[in-house]
Amino acid sequence: MSPVLEVKNLHVHFETYGGTVQAVRGVNFELNEGETLAIVGESGSGKSVTSKSLMGLIPRPNGKIVEGEILFENQDLAKLKEKELQKMRGKDISMIFQDPMTSLNPTMKVGKQIMEVLMLHQKLSKKEAKKRAIELLDLVGIPFPDKRVDQYPHQFSGGMRQRVVIAIALACNPKVLIADEPTTALDVTIQAQILELMKDIQKKMNTSIIFITHDLGVVANVADRVAVMYAGKIVEIGTVDDIFYNPKHPYTWGLIGSMPTVDSQEEKLYAIPGTPPDLLYPPKGDAFALRSNYALAIDFEEAPPMFKISDTHSAATWLLHEDAPNIEPPKAVKLRMEGMAKGAGGDMNGDVNNE
Amino acid sequence: MGMLTMSKEKILEVKNLKQHFDTGGKTTIKAVDGISFDIYKGETFGLVGESGCGKSTTGRTIIRLYDATDGEVIFKGENVHGKKSKKELKSFNQNMQMIFQDPYASLNPRMTVREIVAEGIHIHGLIKDEAAITKRVHELLETVGLNKEHASRFPHEFSGGQRQRIGIARALAVDPEFIIADEPISALDVSIQAQVVNLLKDLQKQHDLTYLFIAHDLSMVKYISDRIAVMYAGRIVELADSDELYKNPMHPYTKSLLSAIPLPDPDYERNRRRITYDPSQYESSEHASFREIKEGHWVLCTDKQFAKLQASI
Repeated sequence: MSPVLEVKNLHVHFETYGGTVQAVRGVNFELNEGETLAIVGESGSGKSVTSKSLMGLIPRPNGKIVEGEILFENQDLAKLKEKELQKMRGKDISMIFQDPMTSLNPTMKVGKQIMEVLMLHQKLSKKEAKKRAIELLDLVGIPFPDKRVDQYPHQFSGGMRQRVVIAIALACNPKVLIADEPTTALDVTIQAQILELMKDIQKKMNTSIIFITHDLGVVANVADRVAVMYAGKIVEIGTVDDIFYNPKHPYTWGLIGSMPTVDSQEEKLYAIPGTPPDLLYPPKGDAFALRSNYALAIDFEEAPPMFKISDTHSAATWLLHEDAPNIEPPKAVKLRMEGMAKGAGGDMNGDVNNE
Repeated sequence: MGMLTMSKEKILEVKNLKQHFDTGGKTTIKAVDGISFDIYKGETFGLVGESGCGKSTTGRTIIRLYDATDGEVIFKGENVHGKKSKKELKSFNQNMQMIFQDPYASLNPRMTVREIVAEGIHIHGLIKDEAAITKRVHELLETVGLNKEHASRFPHEFSGGQRQRIGIARALAVDPEFIIADEPISALDVSIQAQVVNLLKDLQKQHDLTYLFIAHDLSMVKYISDRIAVMYAGRIVELADSDELYKNPMHPYTKSLLSAIPLPDPDYERNRRRITYDPSQYESSEHASFREIKEGHWVLCTDKQFAKLQASI
């Protein structure tokens, strides 16, 4: 499989009154055809900034890609001019945002908002575009699409609005779809519907999806591969099974340990102490060392390189160096991994089936 | 876990509570439509449901932020609503405190942390001496994992998790017995959520607190609660011990809600089978009431459904 999109050594900086914020500090990843890559991390980890740079949406002049390449169809998106980016946005790469309430224009019928993209990129006539808009609304599971096409966003519920946003994003059959926390603002039952819809559509259209979220449950549901970001860097990347069943970076341990599962019985959650570092002054060495119980002396001196664990799995932690002491993940995380491996939550499904 | 050691003393009784809002014209929104439950001293009672189900309105009505349309809230044997003397009101306000969802909106940006935390102490005249108040504020800040240097700072200098700690210190300042926590962690990052939940659990043990924990994140609610009530469209559809509710959900809405939570386990997610709740299939014109199917496990059901559920256990 050749990658659809390749990000190499991406650095994004923001100039502020306080100084330069180094939001993304050397990110590398590939996105393969038809796969979903989830990027997880806390607020400020640089996950949204990374995805926005792919779309050329870093606010200028304060924000800037200072280094690195974004390779997509033999061109480097990081070097494109605004005009060229506009041709690409919504056509080759499109984006779904977190809040369906604010990403639609409240004064414009939803049909027209879908038609706009089609008329601009595919040069469809008004009539053709409307026909296609109705088809798209149908595709994303909106009932009575021929009537709904003439309604305004306020006449739709939150979940239905997010479906409209998805229809707009998919209008030109993009190769890459970036979804930035698309279900965070929605209720769980609606979230489940939207995730199912996205997976369905991905199967039909073979879209590659970058899915940004902080919810590990959602990651387990949608992702083929996962990149864990911390303080502007990818600290661990691998298949979804690598990350959940065999995590190697102490930060990944912390993330997994801090989420209770429905079966957890432990008295205390495994909480990561402290808060993420200020990227105005990124720490020397491993940015996570200050919060980690497993930090080695070298972590405070030198940033760890990516260590390869398997063909699919690598992590940036000195613990994987051959001279490092052999350290086991914390008990809470180990229990979690073991509990999951034997199929937690199975009984719930069993109960549900005979309904 | 708390059930074994818990004394069965009722601290709060909610009886047929209704909260309707007039929206102008002839329409009324029945945000809470006749719910009843008891909360025992020392337990954590979880209230879950999706947005608009009435869970926050329930919390706000219990603490008198709204006047109830109908029904009763009995706190420590006394009716919360209705006319009260200033003195009664004060003692009620001291015993029941609230922690809010949004740590950005719930702290006055023009007040220092000391002023925010000490406000309740002043109002209730708990400590008169200013130096002693300062000492108490410092103690409280340390209890919630901040330090005394923070007292002179303003809310904007803190992160979301730290602000939530300030909100908790403020609630604790007046020594309450009962705390309503309305989605206290939903605005926080995952790793910070765990810190705050651990803190709430520790404080409960140290100060013998009772919590009403309102949330939509079911796995966190399961983790922190002894008993859980599930709300749907203004009514409680099911109430049980938290383990029992997850192992043996009876109401179809609870089942659909449980089947929709994504769990951090790829294998489980690959085999997930989601069930959807269709109210028209389950709810009929027949009167449904809240009944105990087996000890401690209550379900909203009609006569027929009740018979069926009883037969199934």
